[in-house]
Amino acid sequence: MTKEKIESILAGYATNKKEGLLPILQDIQAQNGYLTEEILAEVGKYLNLPANKIYGVATFYDQFRFSPCGQFHIRICRGTSCHLFGSSTYLERLETGLKVKAGHVSRDKKVSIEITSCMGACESAPVIRVNDEYHTHVTEEGLKALIQSIKEKTK
Amino acid sequence: MLFDIEINNQPVSAKRGETIKNVLDRIGINVPTLCYLNGFTPTGGCRMCVVEVDGATELVPSCSHPVTEWMKIRTHSPRVLKARKVLVELLLASHHDDCLYCDRNGMCGLQNLAAEMDIRERKYHGKRQHIQVDRACQSIVRDPAKCVLCGRCIRVCDEVMGVSAIDVIGRGCDSKIGTTYNKGLNINTCVKCGQCIMVCPTGALSEKSQLQSVLEALNNPEVYPVIQFSPAVPASVGEDLNIKASKDILNLLRAALKKMGFRQVFDLSMAADLTIMEEAAEFVERMKNRDKLPMLTSCCPSWVKFLETGYPDMLPKLSGCASPQQMMGRLIKNNITSAAGQKAENIFVVSVMPCTAKKYEADTDRMKDGTTRMVDAVITTRELIKLIRMLGIDFSSLEPEAGATHFGIRSSAGNLFGISGGHLEGLLRSISFLMSGQELSSLKISELRGLKGRKEARIKIGKVIFNVAAVSGLANARVLMEEIKTGRDDFSIIEVMACPNGCINGGGQKLNSDEKNIRSRMKAIYDVDEEEIIRVAHKNPAIVDLYERFLAKPGSDRSKELLYVNRTKTAAE
Repeated sequence: MTKEKIESILAGYATNKKEGLLPILQDIQAQNGYLTEEILAEVGKYLNLPANKIYGVATFYDQFRFSPCGQFHIRICRGTSCHLFGSSTYLERLETGLKVKAGHVSRDKKVSIEITSCMGACESAPVIRVNDEYHTHVTEEGLKALIQSIKEKTK
Repeated sequence: MLFDIEINNQPVSAKRGETIKNVLDRIGINVPTLCYLNGFTPTGGCRMCVVEVDGATELVPSCSHPVTEWMKIRTHSPRVLKARKVLVELLLASHHDDCLYCDRNGMCGLQNLAAEMDIRERKYHGKRQHIQVDRACQSIVRDPAKCVLCGRCIRVCDEVMGVSAIDVIGRGCDSKIGTTYNKGLNINTCVKCGQCIMVCPTGALSEKSQLQSVLEALNNPEVYPVIQFSPAVPASVGEDLNIKASKDILNLLRAALKKMGFRQVFDLSMAADLTIMEEAAEFVERMKNRDKLPMLTSCCPSWVKFLETGYPDMLPKLSGCASPQQMMGRLIKNNITSAAGQKAENIFVVSVMPCTAKKYEADTDRMKDGTTRMVDAVITTRELIKLIRMLGIDFSSLEPEAGATHFGIRSSAGNLFGISGGHLEGLLRSISFLMSGQELSSLKISELRGLKGRKEARIKIGKVIFNVAAVSGLANARVLMEEIKTGRDDFSIIEVMACPNGCINGGGQKLNSDEKNIRSRMKAIYDVDEEEIIRVAHKNPAIVDLYERFLAKPGSDRSKELLYVNRTKTAAE
């Protein structure tokens, strides 16, 4: 992300106002995908906050990422409802099927898996989200097909 | 307003607004704590100080709970003791049991608590943490696996130093104290002051030891080891050795260092005198040109690092002089030892410093000649004590040894460098002489003494009145820098020492030092100033001689070449 781009996002917020921190980080992440050291430094300068403090705050929340995710970013819900519908087994299947550990990105940078807390769609459990596409009521067969299709697309 | 409360069935009077711990401290009841820091806002994080209050269903943390009328408190009831014991057991559940190999062995808050609670076995088995030890920094080693997350280091770094190099990273069970993107302390805003080490209850933070290289140098027949020590060292070294700080300790220390095998011993007070001479000349020059004012002192490496990171536009105002450690190192390698028939490459210069940042300073590029270090190893006061014990030096049987070489003479002005305000006091004495040809009417400048974080004085030299300030604790320096940035321009000289109260309270001093220690070190330094015959740098015969033989005059080309720093070179990082 270029400095000008960061500055244009920051311009929408008041300087020296700490309460703007989270919305700023969310805005930046929405455009850049993840947060870099340079971004934290720029935001720090703008809000008069040490970069370390910002990193501390950002790591508190699950929503912020500090490294780029894969071309296919898979989010698997580990909320209570999805857990009851076997999301822990599904996670294992995803990890072995795609050869990526949760929280990591595959070596070819094409696939990444992220564990999320409840997505708020408990009636459709278990839920798996691939980029912006939701897969609800996922079954064993459905997951197999999903893994297969991702594998083919990333060949 | 006073009212009665009851502690352990005894009536006690308490003031509104006090916390339970304040009252307990006053009447001499100890409750253990890991996170409480005197003078800081309590966080109630470690829960070790919990007490039982009648009527309250839960135990309350005494450090943050205010007293109320008719409160009935029990500080060591069975319920309280059990809670504390479980807390320690839980902290130990995932702790590495490597006390024997730990830097804090015998001085550790956690170890002491385990002993006090009579813990004899591992009751809970937690997952051991394997987090990489951060050894990248020249000064500080950080081992997060030993951390108990008390947060003291963060508070000191935030509130006293105003640096915020570390913070809690992550959440819940995964939280740990760390840096941005888990990078080493060497490449973040850390100023290496070591105040975090001073407050850490465990071995999670320690100085990077250089004892091994010192021992090697002492035992290598081809090497000519010499040692120099900071004025704050004789003021505090006696505490661990149970010797009262006095004039004798300086000569005892010299004798001990000689006995260890160091061929020559130098007192950095003399180099501080030299700094005064150069800085005085520099200041007079700046006054003449009305340029780069206020002059900022440059002896404290943490402060210099702070300025480089946070206020790069202020750097021109910084004095161009190297710190006494580097001046002396360079003089030793270039002049002194050649006079003793030694080649510079065989000399091994060791500094004893009350400071961890000096380790970093000695290693930065701009403090080197190419690849040659001016100071080869820097050890802290704590490491010196270890060395004394390791080499079996018995202070009670030592004969005091006076400074023998002509570089051994110091003035008490240079000795004042160990304390906040002292550098400025010594400097003003010589500036007065340089500008008006007269000594100050009173050599002692009371406004610059004492334990305040910011001290200001108005000094009349000739017909001019100078406003000067001495600040300690970088958070105070930040306030002052902001004032200057927003237009305050009445100061002529500003002295900054990163650690609160200066080097006497440096990050390399005795662990668990309290205010009594600080006061006694301060007294030791001021006593020297009372008793010493030579009290101004420009009257120090060693300095006069040095200028006659090597340096011509303060600010000369030779001085500039040897004693100044080229600040355009970037730090070695």
